Amino acid sequence: MMALAVDVSRFEGVPMAPPDPILGVSEAFKADKNDLKLNLGVGAYRTEELQPYVLNVVKKAENLMLEKGENKEYLPIEGLAAFNKATAELLLGADNPVIKQGLVATLQALSGTGSLRLAAAFIQRYFPEAKVLISSPTWGNHKNIFNDARVPWSEYRYYDPKTVGLDFEGMIADIEAAPEGSFVLLHGCAHNPTGIDPTPEQWEKIADVIQEKKHTPFFDVAYQGFASGSLDEDAFSVRLFVKRGMEVFVAQSYSKNLGLYAERVGAINVVCSSPEVADRVKSQLKRLARPMYSNPPIHGAKIVANVVGDPTMFGEWKQEMEQMAGRIKNVRQKLYDSLSAKDKSGKDWSFILRQIGMFSYTGLNKAQSDNMTDKWHVYMTKDGRISLAGLSLAKCDYLADAIIDSFHNVN
Amino acid sequence: MAALSRAASSAIRRPPLLLPSRLQAARSMASSLFGHVEPAPKDPILGVTEAFLADPSPDKVNVGVGAYRDDNGQPVVLDCVREAERRIAGNLNMEYLPMGGSIKMIEESLKLAYGEDSEFVKDKRIAAVQALSGTGACRLFADFQKRFLPDSQIYIPTPTWSNHHNIWRDAQVPQKTFTYYHPESRGLDFAGLMNDIKNAPDGSFFLLHACAHNPTGVDPTEEQWREISHQFKVKKHFPFFDMAYQGFASGDPERDAKAIRIFLEDGHQIGCAQSYAKNMGLYGQRAGCLSILCEDEMQAVAVKSQLQQIARPMYSNPPVHGALVVSIILNDPELKSLWLKEVKGMADRIIGMRKALKENLEKLGSPLSWEHITNQIGMFCYSGMTPEQVDRLTNEYHIYMTRNGRISMAGVTTGNVAYLANAIHDVTKPN
Repeated sequence: MMALAVDVSRFEGVPMAPPDPILGVSEAFKADKNDLKLNLGVGAYRTEELQPYVLNVVKKAENLMLEKGENKEYLPIEGLAAFNKATAELLLGADNPVIKQGLVATLQALSGTGSLRLAAAFIQRYFPEAKVLISSPTWGNHKNIFNDARVPWSEYRYYDPKTVGLDFEGMIADIEAAPEGSFVLLHGCAHNPTGIDPTPEQWEKIADVIQEKKHTPFFDVAYQGFASGSLDEDAFSVRLFVKRGMEVFVAQSYSKNLGLYAERVGAINVVCSSPEVADRVKSQLKRLARPMYSNPPIHGAKIVANVVGDPTMFGEWKQEMEQMAGRIKNVRQKLYDSLSAKDKSGKDWSFILRQIGMFSYTGLNKAQSDNMTDKWHVYMTKDGRISLAGLSLAKCDYLADAIIDSFHNVN
Repeated sequence: MAALSRAASSAIRRPPLLLPSRLQAARSMASSLFGHVEPAPKDPILGVTEAFLADPSPDKVNVGVGAYRDDNGQPVVLDCVREAERRIAGNLNMEYLPMGGSIKMIEESLKLAYGEDSEFVKDKRIAAVQALSGTGACRLFADFQKRFLPDSQIYIPTPTWSNHHNIWRDAQVPQKTFTYYHPESRGLDFAGLMNDIKNAPDGSFFLLHACAHNPTGVDPTEEQWREISHQFKVKKHFPFFDMAYQGFASGDPERDAKAIRIFLEDGHQIGCAQSYAKNMGLYGQRAGCLSILCEDEMQAVAVKSQLQQIARPMYSNPPVHGALVVSIILNDPELKSLWLKEVKGMADRIIGMRKALKENLEKLGSPLSWEHITNQIGMFCYSGMTPEQVDRLTNEYHIYMTRNGRISMAGVTTGNVAYLANAIHDVTKPN
C-alpha cells in the first residue's frame, strides 16, 4: 500500500451513517430469499403483478423527444419555462386569478425533496427566527430537510392512535399555540405516512386558525391526482388557501403521479401578494439553487411539459392516473374485506377504508412491525406504515393473516 | 371625518391596476410576508446570453457562453449520446436510484479519473456518489467539509468560476484565496502560487482545477504540478480537484487527468468533482460524480454513507437519465471509442480556433503579444482586455462576452474569427 502523504487520515473520525429507514427497507427486501416476501416499504407504484410501471404516456413522450432530437443545453436556473407554466396551472387551475395576475413564483426543482429544501433554505435566510410546524407523524425526510437547512421545527398533533384517524382538536390547538408567523407544513392530499386527510370542513377550520395566527401555509403536494384519481379534487386544499388570499408555499412532485421517480421532477411555488414580490422571491430562490446544483435536470421536465402540453396525451395521463388510483382503492377494499373476514376478535378495521392514497397506517407498533418482517417476510416501515402500491389483490389474504397475527399476538 | 393624508387619500382614489376582484384588493391591501426580500443581483455570466439574444444585429457574436458550439455556432448532441438514448427510451423503468446514485456510472467515472487499472478502485478505497454535475459534487464536498471538518476552510484560486465562491459560502465554510493568474504575462503566477501554498497553515484545503482552468485557461505544466504536489506533501494540505473538462482540454482524457495522477502517485488522499456537462455534452442532464480517496475500504464505506446523508435532505437521490447515458457509453467499447473520437473532435476544433484567432490578430499587425491565446487551454481564453474594451466590443461590434475579458472559444467559428480578430484589434491597438 502506498504511503500516505498525511500521517493520519482526515476522515478518521467519520462514523458510519445509520441506514435510511425508508430506503433501507427496500435493500433489506432485496436481500431476503423467501418466496413469500412482500415489499410494502417504499412508496413506489406497482402493478397487480407487482412490477414497476412506466406510464404509456411517458413512453410516448420520450419517443417524441427522441424523434425531435432536441439539444441538452443547460436550463436556466429556474428550470424549463414550459414545465413551470404547466406545473403551476396543474396545481392551481389554469384560470386561477393568481396565475393570471402573475402572483406565482415557480422554480423547477429536484422533485419534492429538492422543492422542500429550496423553500427551507429560503425560510432560514429570510425568516431566521421562524419555525416550521410539522405533523406528528410525517414523512421521515421532512425532519432531515429542516435540520440540514437549519430551520427549527416542532410538531403538531395529527395522528390519533385510538381512532386511527385525525386528532383534529389537537392539531388546531397546537397550530394555535405556536408563535405568530410560524410556517405550517401541510400535506396537500394523501398524508404520508398515515393516509389520513382532513375533510373539506376541517380544511376550512385549519385555514381559519392559520390566518388568525398569521402563520404561513406550506404545502407538500406529492400525490396530486394519485389520491382520488382526480387532479382537481386532490388540489382542493391548496386552492382553498390560495382563494383566501394567503401567501402560500407549495412543493410539488411528479415522482408518483407520472411515475417519474428517478428523473427527479418537481417544483417549488410561492404564491405572493403582487407580481413584483413574486419576481423578488423567485430571484432569491434562484440564488439558493445556483450553489446547490446550478440548474435542474432537463429530461423529466420535458416529459411533463410534453404530456401536459398535448391534449391527447394529457387525457391519456388522466386515464392512467385514474387506473393507478383505482387499483389502490380496490386493494384497500380487498384488504379490509380480508381482515374483517379473518379477524374473529371483532376489531373494527374500517379505518383502512377512510384513509387515502398510497399508504395506510395500520396501527401496528414497532415490535409488531418487526414481527411482520421477521415472521411473515412483509417489509414495511417501523411506524406501522404499509404501502398499498406494493400490494396486489392476490396477496391481500396473506397480508391480512400477517397483520392479524402481529396485532393480536405481539406486543 | 378626519382629514386623510395625501398619500392615504390618493391610495384610496387610485383604481386597482389589475382585474378588479375582492381577492386582488385583499392581496394588495395586505402587506406581503416578503416585504424585506430584495431582488437578487443579476448573474454576471447568464446576463450576457440574455443581452445577446435581445440584440437584433446580424453580425452579433456570442463568446460569453460556456457551452460547446460547432463550426456553425450550433449546440451539439454527440452521436454516442444519441445512440445511448435510443437504447434507453421507453425501455427501462424509472425507479429511484440508490441514494448514492447509479453504481455503474460511479464505477466508470472512477476509472476515468483515477485510471483504468487504479489500485484504489480495486481496493475499494474510494468513497463515491453520483452528483448533480460539477456544482452538485462541489456542494456535497463543501457540506461534508462543514460537517466533519468544521475547523477547516477552503483556499480558492484567483480568479475562479464565480459559483465556487457561492458554493462554499452557502455551505458555510470560510474561504480564502490563493494567487494563480499572472495578468502581465496572461499566464500562471507560479512563484506567487507556491508562496501561498507555503504560507497557508499546515493541513489546509485547496480547490484545484484539474485541467482547463476556468476562466483563465491557464494550467500548470507537468513539472509545475509535481512541485505543487511535493509542497502539498510537505504542508500536509488536502487537494480537492474540480475536473469539469476531462478530455475536453487536450482531447485526451488520460492526459487531462495527469495532475490528479501525479498527486495519487505521491500518496495524497484527494477529493474530486467530475462533470459530464462539457465532455459528453450532457449539460442539462446534470451528470457528475464526487469521489473522496480514503485510507481503506471501511473508511470509504463510512464516508460514502455520510455523503448520502447529506444528499438525502437535498434531493433524495440523483436523476437517472444522464447517469444511464454515461454508463451505457463508457461500458460499451464501441460507444466509448466513438465518444473518445467525438470529444477529441471538440477539443481539436477549439485548438484550431485558438490558432486561427492568434494568426488573424498577427496578420492585422497587432503589436501586442497574443501568445496566450494558444498557450491557454480549454474552453476559455483570458484575453487580458479591460472591461472598457469589452464594452466597446459589445457596443460597437455586437460581440458578447463577460467583462473580465474572458472569451469562450467554443463560440468562435471559421465564419466569425476574422470579424472577432478585427474587432479585438480595433479596441486594443495603441493609439
